[in-house]
Amino acid sequence: MNKKYDVVVLGAGPAGLTAGIYLSRARQKTLILSDGPVGGQMILTHEIANYPGVESISGYQLANIMKKQAQSFGCEIIANASIQKMELMPLNKSFVLDDGTRIESDAVILATGGRSRTLGVPGEAQFKGRGISYCATCDGDFFTDKEIVVVGGGNSALDEAVSLTKYASKVTIVHMLDAFQASQHAIEEAVNHPKIDIRMETVITAFHGEESLQSVDLKQLKTGETEVFKTDGVFIFIGYVPNTEGFDCCLDLNERQEIVVRTDLSTNVPGVFSAGDNIDKLYRQVTTAVGDGTVAALTAIRYLTEQKK
Amino acid sequence: MLYTNLKHIESAAQHANVLKENENVMVICGRMGPMCIPVYGIAEELESTYPNVAFFDMEFDNPEAHVIRNLPEVRGFMGIPFTIYYKNGKVVKATSSIQSKAQVTAILDEQFGK
Repeated sequence: MNKKYDVVVLGAGPAGLTAGIYLSRARQKTLILSDGPVGGQMILTHEIANYPGVESISGYQLANIMKKQAQSFGCEIIANASIQKMELMPLNKSFVLDDGTRIESDAVILATGGRSRTLGVPGEAQFKGRGISYCATCDGDFFTDKEIVVVGGGNSALDEAVSLTKYASKVTIVHMLDAFQASQHAIEEAVNHPKIDIRMETVITAFHGEESLQSVDLKQLKTGETEVFKTDGVFIFIGYVPNTEGFDCCLDLNERQEIVVRTDLSTNVPGVFSAGDNIDKLYRQVTTAVGDGTVAALTAIRYLTEQKK
Repeated sequence: MLYTNLKHIESAAQHANVLKENENVMVICGRMGPMCIPVYGIAEELESTYPNVAFFDMEFDNPEAHVIRNLPEVRGFMGIPFTIYYKNGKVVKATSSIQSKAQVTAILDEQFGK
């Protein structure tokens, strides 16, 4: 089956959904195509309290409102899609899904977002959900009165380390650098907490256990010393990586694999725009993603108008 | 309260009935949290693709969810949701924490066929 749209938006996070709202409202035939659930990283947030106009809302609820809003203007959405093939060329923008559906469009907005960075060391996949977690609010209570490790040195890692002391008897923060990147307030709270120990310039090199995680291998980077460190759980908060795999075929990416964009969020490929957490930028918030989605959509509309002249 | 579009299991007795009345069952036991919501969404989308499977969720903090939390197959699980696949009332597969659509469909295909 072949389908044709004015614009395909890849990704259904706040940037993609906002682009869908703007494009559909401007009567552009729009499809939002996502290989994950609607909402992207936004649904991983329990409470959003800094979205202007809304005092407090869960990421899940906000995502569903944005989805309904986009659909009310005629935007089509396919979530959890499996894209088998993709072309992002100046004169050919197309996607083939696993059911054989071929989708073509005149313009594309890449709003593929990012995902939690993993350590990529032996045992990580095996013990995910069996001692390794990426969400303190979800899984913290499984570690009541247990000794755990938190990996990372940014605000998320230190804030979550402090929050996990509500459950755990001891929290050891493991950070690969010689200084934290978190705010001074977060650092002071973690460093001065009686239940928190800190291992700087240290990395986990392997996870071990049977039914569940029992220990990790720690390596001190300065001395090279290694030790087997007994622990019941490890929470990993080491930032995000952009979802830009496959885009290096034709798009300019920076050294962090983020898409290089102009101020109007156009890329180096005519008719291809990008918005949200996958682009080269400093701040990643729901509000900035919404702004990006708006700019990318308006630029795409201008591009399509010029093409039709 | 799980505000998903899946059918909810709210008691141990209902859980037993579901297993009695359906050959192939998938139950996602979780909360309205970041690791659970994507799995509910995947199940909602797969319901029409797998008419041979009955999809349900159950609230993790419901005391009646002991029927899931105390299964021997979830020993060692430390991440929600606990997703349990039953065939003829027996557990044939159980996973812990967030799963991708590809992981879920691989299990459904392997255990229940399409």
